[in-house]
Amino acid sequence: MEITVNGDAVTLDGPLTIARLLVEQEVKMPDMVSVEHNGKILDRAEFDKQQVRPGDTVEFLYFMGGGA
Amino acid sequence: MRPVRELQLLTIPRNIVDAMIEHAHRCAPQEACGVLSGSDGRVRSVYPMTNADASSEHFSLVPREQFDVARKIRAEGQEMLAVYHSHPATPARPSPEDIRLGVAPGIVHVIVSLADQNKPAVKAFLIEDGKAAETSVRITNEDEDNVSTT
Repeated sequence: MEITVNGDAVTLDGPLTIARLLVEQEVKMPDMVSVEHNGKILDRAEFDKQQVRPGDTVEFLYFMGGGA
Repeated sequence: MRPVRELQLLTIPRNIVDAMIEHAHRCAPQEACGVLSGSDGRVRSVYPMTNADASSEHFSLVPREQFDVARKIRAEGQEMLAVYHSHPATPARPSPEDIRLGVAPGIVHVIVSLADQNKPAVKAFLIEDGKAAETSVRITNEDEDNVSTT
């Protein structure tokens, strides 16, 4: 199936979960990323349940924070 | 596009440095934060953002803002080069928390220190595998680049 990941067209065997997609995208620390699926920001607890389907749009970004 | 890790240099126009310092002063005593975009290690745009922690000792970007800025950067044919934040009262060097949370691959961490109010300091670091290495910063005059502040 074809989906869009961070603006790029990606072809994957599917359907698959967000958690599996992050593995396929070689995200080393999935607990440190935020995911937006079809415009909705997901809770981390949804990563294992939320299915990605053909034509979906997924954005993921690493957490950015720190302290003085 | 060549990554900063390879170039070992981040080039920032003077007006963007001034915008980061002004943002840091405006947010003090809380930490300011935002994103720098460009290409090939040359910063073209600055995106001042909300500190979700609203704290003088911590910062984190708001995910909704982060996604929106990432899309805007992509639409402009640029890439996210750096995240910046201020240290209102401490030097421009990564704190243990900066190092622990500096997990975004290839992203430069720019720190604006207001410890010396009369002479703010701006330094850049690459943080990988729990280690921080300073990256050179070249500040250019505004007329050397066609840049924008957002």
